Amino acid sequence: MVYLTRKVEFSASHLYHNPDFSPEENRRVFGKCNNPHGHGHNYVLEVTIAGEPDPRTGMVLDLKELKGILEREILDRMDHRFLNYEVPELAGKIPTTETIAMAIWQLLEPRINHRGQGRLHRVRLYETPDLFVDCMGNGQ
Amino acid sequence: MKVILHRRYRFSASHRLHQPGWSPEENRRVYGKCANEHGHGHNYVLEVAVTGPVDPSTGMITNLADLDAFIERSVLAEFDHVYLNEQVPAFDSLVPTAENICRVVYDRLRAYPHARLASIGLEETGANSFEYAGESRENE
Repeated sequence: MVYLTRKVEFSASHLYHNPDFSPEENRRVFGKCNNPHGHGHNYVLEVTIAGEPDPRTGMVLDLKELKGILEREILDRMDHRFLNYEVPELAGKIPTTETIAMAIWQLLEPRINHRGQGRLHRVRLYETPDLFVDCMGNGQ
Repeated sequence: MKVILHRRYRFSASHRLHQPGWSPEENRRVYGKCANEHGHGHNYVLEVAVTGPVDPSTGMITNLADLDAFIERSVLAEFDHVYLNEQVPAFDSLVPTAENICRVVYDRLRAYPHARLASIGLEETGANSFEYAGESRENE
């Protein structure tokens, strides 16, 4: 098994607010992240594919193809967006790093795994260099 | 889906690698420069990984304010800007190699009440890094 990782970056804004909480509760739980105007990050996304290299090409998956999937599924949706309001997959959710990483997993898994060559192994999303989340499928 | 949150913290400390039961020559032979009797220091980076269910009302595995406060209280307050050999009782009779620092830190962080500790990482320098996930991992 060989693991292949591709990195892309996107910049986006978000805010944390749960409408079921009181204003005080929102501030207590989410702190600065509750600012109603939002704030932004330069996110770094690392997508890892696991698989056996095709003996004809020597590749687990054509990087051009992976690049295209990441552009269409992730960057076109999330880059330079306000995540709470402009990304349907995050609507009604608190767009924490955990939540965004899980949404990215769900967007990518069917696009990658249906090909029958290479499986999505890990989504790693950095909100800052000191805070990142790994998302892995069941049983990994 | 398995989700793991990683957070990086920094502390600067000095240490000396020295086994009191050994001769000065033996200490010098095993530990080299690190046996220097006056000690020396590093900028350590501690990477803490926790896992658990993502609470839908907050989007979080754990609130970072809780995690930060716990790490500060459990490790950084005692380890930052000190001489580990002389000022941290855990190293009274334990050589403060990065490996042993990992074990001491891991055992303390297992008590975190809001998520399960997955692993810890420790960078002693940009070239040396260590990872520890407890002993049970070897049986998984």
